[in-house]
Amino acid sequence: MIDLVGKRNWFFLISAIVIIPGIISLAVFGLKPGVDFSSGTAMTLHFDKAVELAQVRQQLTTLGFDQAVVQPAGEGDFFIRLPELSTEQTTKLKDSLQTGLDTTITISSLYSVSPTVAAGTVRNTFIAVVVAAIGILLYISWAFRKMPNPIRWGTCAIIALAHDLVVVVAVFSILGWAAGLEVDALFVTGVLAVVGVSVNNIVVVFDRIRENNKRGVSRDFAVVANYGIVESLGRSLNTGLATLFVIVALYLLGGVTTHTLVLALMIGIATGIYSSLCIAGQLLVVWEKGLSPRKKEATSTA
Amino acid sequence: MRRGNTPLLIFILVLFGFCLWVIWPGNGIFGRNEFTLGLDLKGGSHLVYSIDLSKKDPAQSNADVIDGVKQKIERRVNAYGVTEPIVQSINNERGSFVLVQLPGVTDIDQALKLIGQTAELDFRERVVDSSGNPVLDENGNPEWVIAKAKGSDGQERELAGKYLKPNAQVVLTPQTNEPEVAFEWNSEGAVLFEQITQRNLQKPLGIFLDNQLISAPTVQSVIKEKGVITGLNLEAAKTLAIQLNSGSLDVPLTLVERRDIGATLGEDSLKKSLQAGIIGSAMVIIFMIAYYRFSGLMACLALIVYVVLNLAIFKLIPVVLTLPGIAGFLVSVGMGVDGNVLVAERLKEELRRGRTLGAAIEEGFRQSWSAILDANVTVFIACAVLYWLGNTFGNFLVLGFATTLFIGTALSMFTQVVVTRTFLRTIVGLGMAKSPGAYGVAKQ
Repeated sequence: MIDLVGKRNWFFLISAIVIIPGIISLAVFGLKPGVDFSSGTAMTLHFDKAVELAQVRQQLTTLGFDQAVVQPAGEGDFFIRLPELSTEQTTKLKDSLQTGLDTTITISSLYSVSPTVAAGTVRNTFIAVVVAAIGILLYISWAFRKMPNPIRWGTCAIIALAHDLVVVVAVFSILGWAAGLEVDALFVTGVLAVVGVSVNNIVVVFDRIRENNKRGVSRDFAVVANYGIVESLGRSLNTGLATLFVIVALYLLGGVTTHTLVLALMIGIATGIYSSLCIAGQLLVVWEKGLSPRKKEATSTA
Repeated sequence: MRRGNTPLLIFILVLFGFCLWVIWPGNGIFGRNEFTLGLDLKGGSHLVYSIDLSKKDPAQSNADVIDGVKQKIERRVNAYGVTEPIVQSINNERGSFVLVQLPGVTDIDQALKLIGQTAELDFRERVVDSSGNPVLDENGNPEWVIAKAKGSDGQERELAGKYLKPNAQVVLTPQTNEPEVAFEWNSEGAVLFEQITQRNLQKPLGIFLDNQLISAPTVQSVIKEKGVITGLNLEAAKTLAIQLNSGSLDVPLTLVERRDIGATLGEDSLKKSLQAGIIGSAMVIIFMIAYYRFSGLMACLALIVYVVLNLAIFKLIPVVLTLPGIAGFLVSVGMGVDGNVLVAERLKEELRRGRTLGAAIEEGFRQSWSAILDANVTVFIACAVLYWLGNTFGNFLVLGFATTLFIGTALSMFTQVVVTRTFLRTIVGLGMAKSPGAYGVAKQ
């Protein structure tokens, strides 16, 4: 049997390698708020004629929109992000760009949010996250009531869950400054869905460990935990893979609207598989026995 | 075969057949023959206006003002000719809002003018000094004052759009082919208009919309019942006619959120997501069968039943399908596989422990049920929170995801437990696929 518990310090190290830079990035750069949270106007323009990015930028500067963020968005399309524009300003911007660059422009999508609504969204998102956190904590304390040591097991589950969330948020933070990725309400949606799926994985693994503990597989808790984890391996990997197949297909082939949602789900589900197999149960063992792996004991009875 | 399994199997098959019929293109009951697509899939405009209640007449209650605004916008939107528009009022701690969804609108600028304008029409006279000369303001423009006259009960009243009959229409002047809006006064308006035209004979009468002068024709004769408004282009004339017929708004609106999605983008997104869904599901099916063999095949059949049932629910409720909604549905398909994998893994184990197939199936389901139930609770919590979040600001994308993920997860519990088990029991009852190898257990 594979000894997943014995290698726990390696797994903790791998997680640290991802999480520490992620937390630094979060602390330094934070997340890049999209129109949902920071207000403003974002639009995707389709140009009938091939136009260079620099041309669009220069034209916008000439028109007085020097704060405009411009990014290419596929063939003949450009994504433009500005402070909130009124309807008249939007029409004027489009018309001036058309004349300036001598081409026909279609606004293929536009999203504009006023500061009032954005502030409300920030507040409500905060409430939603807090309510979800309380709900999940209540659920965990209920689901783990039958575990041998509910507080300890619950805490480990929460740490593993936090691990998954930090990875998702950290990746978005890094992609924020590296690739201009913005977070929007759909990102929050993805993160909350990841919470649901992640807890699910952890519960399945812990349930197995508990069962093996009751059955008396071994007196060594490391062995019991490893047993449970390895038994869940097939299920966790297969379930995760099945979900990932669909999500990856959606990420690669699906539209841009759901980009942040699908990316958050993809990172979150992948991390969730890893943490449920390589982090959650191992944390229990650490709490029980301390950080040193004690490889001998773990492998002797397995 | 277990008692009760055959009726259950028949029930599942009938239900499946019914749902398959429902989702077949063109079929449907309750008059719903197609899936209901959200704005992001069919294109259109999603607008949120904040209602400025501080400007309301103190005699009116907030609820009446909001309701009035909503009804008038509904009338405007309907007259504009949008199919299946949505007009909703939203109240939250940030204030009162009205949400308008206009699917398939191409000329958004015109729609914005139509909906957002207060459209308060009034008629004004020139201000004249003691010697009868028109008074000019500092820019040299004539000053105007709203024309007042005695109403039928002897009270002074301002001549405004509220005295118009709701039958204004755009006509083209025969000579110049220029558009004008023809209107008719109601009895009170006629009383006022007669006096005002009388005292302004051969003088200009200013027609103002939201304090903007549209035109100032010279009164040629005393008029009672009707008149025309000129000086507009065709588009503006049409907009004004609709606004006059729908009534002016009691308070001003401010556009606080706008989301436009081009029709081609919507169509493209739909095509891409469907493609992604089909490819993803095909991979799941291949994977399940390759890894779990026979129980994998059973699980896939159950999965197909699940997808068909789910789509039928989407069509019947109807659930507004959005891109995130499709993602939510696909995630629930993944989670649906989850339950089947749990069961199949248990089944394999029970077989390894040397149980008979029938006993292994019962044991496999018994043991996995608590995990399936427990696991989904967290998803339900997340869905409930997201539903609330999506609702407070009418974010239809977040709502779409929460709705389909919730329905999908709830339904997958049913198919995992009832459908897969019934299929497996039927197989055992028929004495097919007896070898443990068929369930992915290596021969020892």
